[in-house]
Amino acid sequence: MTDATIEKPRSELGIILTGVARNPLGLMGLIIVGAIVFSAIFAAWIVPYDPIAMNIQDRMQGPSASHWLGTDQLGRDTLSRVIMGGQVALKVALPAVFGAMVIGLTLGMIAGYGPKWLDNMLMLLFDTIRSFPTVMFALAVVALVGPSLQTVVFVVMATSIPTYGRVARTQTLTLRNSEFILAERSMGASMARILGVHMLPNIIGVLAVLAAMDIPTVIALEAGLSFLGLGVKPPTPSWGALLKDGYALIRQTPWLVVGGGLPIIIATLGFTFLGESLRDVVDPKLRKNR
Amino acid sequence: MTETLLEIDGLSVDYETERGDLKALRDISFDVRKGEIVGIVGESGCGKSTLISSILRLTAPNTRFRQGEVRFKGQNLLQATERQMRDLRGDDISIVFQDPMQTHNPVLSVGQQMVDIQHRSSASKAEKRAKAAKMLGAVGIPDPEARLSQFPHEFSGGMRQRIAIAMALMSEPDLLIADEPTTALDATLEVQIIERLRELQREMHCAVLFISHHLGVIAELCDRVVVMYAGAVVESGDVREIFHNPKHPYTRRLIECDPGHIKTRARVLPTIPGEVPDLANLPGGCIFRDRCDQAMDRCAQEVPPLERLGEGHLAACWLNHEEVSA
Repeated sequence: MTDATIEKPRSELGIILTGVARNPLGLMGLIIVGAIVFSAIFAAWIVPYDPIAMNIQDRMQGPSASHWLGTDQLGRDTLSRVIMGGQVALKVALPAVFGAMVIGLTLGMIAGYGPKWLDNMLMLLFDTIRSFPTVMFALAVVALVGPSLQTVVFVVMATSIPTYGRVARTQTLTLRNSEFILAERSMGASMARILGVHMLPNIIGVLAVLAAMDIPTVIALEAGLSFLGLGVKPPTPSWGALLKDGYALIRQTPWLVVGGGLPIIIATLGFTFLGESLRDVVDPKLRKNR
Repeated sequence: MTETLLEIDGLSVDYETERGDLKALRDISFDVRKGEIVGIVGESGCGKSTLISSILRLTAPNTRFRQGEVRFKGQNLLQATERQMRDLRGDDISIVFQDPMQTHNPVLSVGQQMVDIQHRSSASKAEKRAKAAKMLGAVGIPDPEARLSQFPHEFSGGMRQRIAIAMALMSEPDLLIADEPTTALDATLEVQIIERLRELQREMHCAVLFISHHLGVIAELCDRVVVMYAGAVVESGDVREIFHNPKHPYTRRLIECDPGHIKTRARVLPTIPGEVPDLANLPGGCIFRDRCDQAMDRCAQEVPPLERLGEGHLAACWLNHEEVSA
């Protein structure tokens, strides 16, 4: 799969990134996502204060030079908590989306290419999972194992597997009857080769776009669960928990709601922009820069 | 030349449908010898595609092999295991499909695909790539090295069909099945592709089973012809013999309908009136009876057998029996 780079001066990733950056919305998405990822990775070094250190003297202060986004009811620096919250959001969103994509892709391709009874069984499983409202499902799981980061990741992953599975299955079903797959079969390709070499590259682009667009949903979901007290445990900062604290004290400390809400909005927009322009770029037929 | 490569022996294939069994192929027999080009002609729905998929055993799930054998180098393919079939496909038998716009993976470069189909070879990637470039050059694609990294959509239809031929011939197969390879192309390209195919066939000495409804191409390219109608062979024989001395009314009408044979200008092109009979509910007697202008009483009662009329010339028509008995 890497042999195509011999005569090609630019790598596949380079082409995709240039393509995304050419679109103004894509560029904006790229910058926002880049900033979020950067601040999440280096959160420990860039936070001005310890995000969980309490300082009762400075509690509920408005934005000032020392605390850009003010402090909360326990005197913790809001900006530091927002930055750490971003790290938590990505810690939930990336593994959950990636895991759901890989599992959904595998199950979906099996359902689409395998025998009918297996397809029916997997579809039944997907429909069963989807019939649970996510929050109800989360409540049940939290009641069983208690709230934690891992629980949120598990809940989000389990509930988004069917989405990826269904898309992968539909794509596989369409491809299965396409003439080039028949051509590969008549050239003696095995099932593993057809699925891995010929179908996967046709499906992965669609799923990658879906994943990029799904990340904001997952971030919002994590925030929502944390808002309900089902997400990460209290001292750990999270955008949702920030919103929850701010909501309780909205008259005294409105900056807390802004600190929790604005990053969710910006992150959602950033990933959506990126996902949408990615969708236009990954399709080789739509690439203009060659 | 005389060694038989592929033998189709009394092959009958049905499709199970809700309306009952669709008799797609009935008692088909012919053979392809080593290094020979055999053409199969017939209108749409006469069973050409069923025949190909039966040879490769890539049939739809509702296909039932009722009778007969498909022997390749003496081995009955209908009884071969899935593993044995997979080893044959793309190695001893390859195929070029009709529509070059559909037969390549749209997201892999041509080079990647051509390297991938050499999965049986233990050569290094660079060697496989070099071989792919050599094959592309052989089918007449200029600057093959550079074009390997391009995607299928960057090639024209004619180019893509050349690539398909290059891919099919890469394994140096003993039998190449060409399923209407030029139908989707325009006339100029058709001639180029046919000539290239013949050159390569001479070089590689592979046998070709050439399926087409274009009689001109068949006459140009093939050594022998099999004429099929509604799932049965109605006439077969040497290409010159068939074209100059057709013994079945269907073949005769087919030749008359070929635009290349029409000498005088006519407002309406000649056609064969009527339609192919319903394969799920076949009438008794000769299948071509309803559309035949020389039908006799006998045609309604008995199915005419495929009778040997001369050196390798077979036809299934009662008219020939009249001639013999008279």
